[in-house]
Amino acid sequence: MEVLVFLIPISLFLGGLGLAAFFWTLKSKQYDDPEGDARRILMDDYDDAPPA
Amino acid sequence: MTAEARISACPACVAAPAATSAAGTAAAGGDTLLLSLPEIHCAACISGVERALAAMPEVRSARVNLTLRRATIAAAPGTAAAALAERLTAQGWAAHELDPDTLAATQTDPVGRGLLMRLGVAGFAMMNVMLLSVAVWSGATDATRDLFHWISATIAIPTIAFSAQPFFRSAWGALRAARLNMDVPISLAILLAAGMSVYETAQSGAHAYFDAALSLTFFLLAGRYLDHRTRSLARSAAGELAALEVPRALKVAGGSEALTPVAELVPGDLVRVLPGGRVPVDGVIEEGTSEIDRSLLTGESLPVAAGPETRVSAGEVNLTGALAVRVTAAGEDSTLHRLADLVAVAETTRNRYTSLADRAARVYAPVVHLLALAAFAGWVWGSGDVRLSLNIAVATLIITCPCALGLAVPAVTTAASGRLFRRGLLIKSATALERLAEIDTVVFDKTGTLTEGRPQLAEPGGHDPADLALAAALGRGSSHPLAAALAAISTDAIPTQYRRDTDVENPREIPGCGVEATWRGRTVRLGRAGWVGAEPVEGTATYLSLGDRTVAFRFTDSLRHGAAEAVAALKAQGKSVILLSGDHPAAVADIAARVGIDAFEAGMLPDEKVNHVNRLKDAGRRVLMVGDGLNDTAALAAAHASISPASALEATRVVADVVLLGQSLAPIPEAVATARSATRRIVENFAIAALYNAVAIPVALAGFATPLAAALAMSTSSVSVTLNALRLR
Repeated sequence: MEVLVFLIPISLFLGGLGLAAFFWTLKSKQYDDPEGDARRILMDDYDDAPPA
Repeated sequence: MTAEARISACPACVAAPAATSAAGTAAAGGDTLLLSLPEIHCAACISGVERALAAMPEVRSARVNLTLRRATIAAAPGTAAAALAERLTAQGWAAHELDPDTLAATQTDPVGRGLLMRLGVAGFAMMNVMLLSVAVWSGATDATRDLFHWISATIAIPTIAFSAQPFFRSAWGALRAARLNMDVPISLAILLAAGMSVYETAQSGAHAYFDAALSLTFFLLAGRYLDHRTRSLARSAAGELAALEVPRALKVAGGSEALTPVAELVPGDLVRVLPGGRVPVDGVIEEGTSEIDRSLLTGESLPVAAGPETRVSAGEVNLTGALAVRVTAAGEDSTLHRLADLVAVAETTRNRYTSLADRAARVYAPVVHLLALAAFAGWVWGSGDVRLSLNIAVATLIITCPCALGLAVPAVTTAASGRLFRRGLLIKSATALERLAEIDTVVFDKTGTLTEGRPQLAEPGGHDPADLALAAALGRGSSHPLAAALAAISTDAIPTQYRRDTDVENPREIPGCGVEATWRGRTVRLGRAGWVGAEPVEGTATYLSLGDRTVAFRFTDSLRHGAAEAVAALKAQGKSVILLSGDHPAAVADIAARVGIDAFEAGMLPDEKVNHVNRLKDAGRRVLMVGDGLNDTAALAAAHASISPASALEATRVVADVVLLGQSLAPIPEAVATARSATRRIVENFAIAALYNAVAIPVALAGFATPLAAALAMSTSSVSVTLNALRLR
C-alpha cells in the first residue's frame, strides 16, 4: 500500500493538469466558434490563434 | 499578434498610415465593426471573406465566426460598416451591417463561461473522488479507507464551495422570499451530504457521500448549462435580428445632412426621410409630399397620402417622395418605445405562468423534506441512535434528490429548441414550448403575416401586353409597392417585342400622385385615379393614362409562402383558426377564402384585437397569436403563446415567444406538434424520475442505502432522462 504515496499525488497531478488545460481553452475563447474552428483546420491559410 | 500577421498578409494595410499608428489601440476597442454573413457555410467561405476583407485598405484585421455567421472587423476610425458590407456583397458574400451597441449585451456571455468553468471543476472533482470511492466500495478498510475519505473531502469541499454556488444562490433567494424551489432540496442535499460525510470521516465511519454530492452537482450543473446555452443562443439570434436595423437618421442641421444615431435626436430636430426608408421618429411632416405605408402599425395594406402637417410615427415606411420631418418624440418617447411599457406588462402576466418544472418542484420539495424528517424521527424513536438516524435521513435526501428532475426539463427543451431552430423557428421564452403545446385556437393577422404585404397584379393575362410593358417601364421609376409590383411582373410575363419599344423618356415621380413620363411624344401617367383622370374601380388598383385612354390595374395581396398549408395543417390538428385584421372587409374576405379560414373579422383597431383575444381567453380558449404589426403587439402579449415573423418590427419580435426566421409559415404546425411532444417527454421524464424514487425511497428509509446505491441510482436516472429527451431530435 506504500505505493499509494506516489500514486495518489500523481493521479491528482495528472487530473489537475487536465483541469488547467480546460481552463486555458476556456480563457483563450476556444468554445466561441466550434463550427468555424472545425473547418479552419482544413484551410491552407496561415492562422495562428483566435483573436485575443 | 493577430494584427501583425494580418498586416504582413496584406500590403495595403501597411501602406495605410492609420493602420500602423493605431494598430496598438485596435485591440483595445478602436473601431470594431460587425457584419452579419447569413450565407457562409464552409471553410472556403471563411477564408474567402477574410481575404476579401483584409484586402480592403481600411480594414486592419477581420475574423469570421462561422457558428454565429458573423465577422468581427477592426478598422480604421470612421469606417462605415455599411460600405464594407456593400463591397463584400458585391464580391459575392452576402453581408449586412450589424449595430455593435445592440449586440454588446449578447456578444460576450460571462454567465455561460462561468457555468462551463464550474461544470469543468465539478467534472474533474467527481472523476477523482469516484476513483477513490471505487477503492472504498471494493473493500478498502481502516486507515486506507479513512485516508481515501480525507483525500475525497479535500477535493470535494472546495469544489462544492465553488461549483454549487448557482444552486445556493437561487435557493437562498427563494427562501428569503419564503418560497420553495427546486434548488432548495438540491442545496440541502449537497450541503448535508458533504457535512455528514465529513463528520462520518472524522469518526472513521464506513459511509461517505462525497462522490454523491459531487455527481449531484455535476449532473445538475450540466442541466443548468444546457438550459443557459439554449436560451443564450436564442437571445443572440434575436439580438442579431435587432442589430440588423441600425437606428440612424439623416439629421438636417445648418443646411447639411448628417447620419445621426436616433438616440441623439431631440424633439425639434429636423430629419430627412428618403423614399423607401423607415421613419425613425415620431414627428410632423415639415415639407415634401409622399405616401406612407402604415401596414406595420395598422395592418392596412394600402399606403396613405402624406403631406405637410401630416403626423408620422416611428416604424412607418416612406414610399414615394423625400420628406423633412420635425421630430416630436424620439428614442425612448416614440410610439415604438412606448410599446415597451406594454411589453413589460405582458411579461409579468407571462411570468405568472407556472412551468411544469415549477409545478413538480412545488409538490416534490416538501415531500422530500418531510420524508427525510420522518426517516430521522422514525429511526431515533426505533433505535435511539442519533448518528445512525441522521445517516439514514441524509441517505434519503441524497437518493431522492432531483438529479433527474434537474435534467428532465433542460434536456428536452434543448433538444426541442435545436430541432425547431433547424426548421427556422427561434424559441425565445423558457416556457414558450409548454404554452405552445396547450393552445387550441390560432389567431392570424393578415397583412405581413398571412400575406407578404406586397401586392400582386390580379390578372396579368387580362391586360394588353403593350399596356403592361408601358406600366412596367413607368413603374420602375418609383418605389411605391404597386409600381414595384408592376415592374417585377414585366420581366417574365411580357413578350420581348413589347419590351423593346417601350422606352419612356425622363420619368418623374410626382410624390403622392404617381409617375409621369414621355412616350412616343405623348405624356403618359401611372398613379392615382384622380390624377390620371380615370374612373376608380373597387379594391386596390393603380391607373395608367396613355393620353387618349386609361387602363386600370387591379391588385391582390400575395399570400406568404406556406400560409394555406399552415392553416390546413392547424385545422387538421383540431385547432380553430381565426383571422383578425385592420384592413378593409373585402380584402380580408378575399385572403380568408384563399387560405381557407372561415372565421374572420375586418377593420379591427389594435384595442379590438386585444379584446377579441381576451374574450377568447375568458371563454376558456388557449390562444396562439401570429402577427407582425405594431397593431398586433398588444394582442401578441395578451395571447397564451405568440409567434411573429422575422420581418416584424423589433418591438413586435420582443413580445413574441417564437420568431419565424424564414419566409414560410409552414413550420408553425410543426412547431405546435414538436411543442406537444416536448411536453410529453418532460412528463415522461418526470415519470421516470418518480419511478426511480419509488424504488429507491423504501430502500433508503429501511436503512439499506449505501453510497454505491446512491451513485448508481443517480447516474442511471440521469442518463435515462437524457436519452429520452434526445429521442426528440
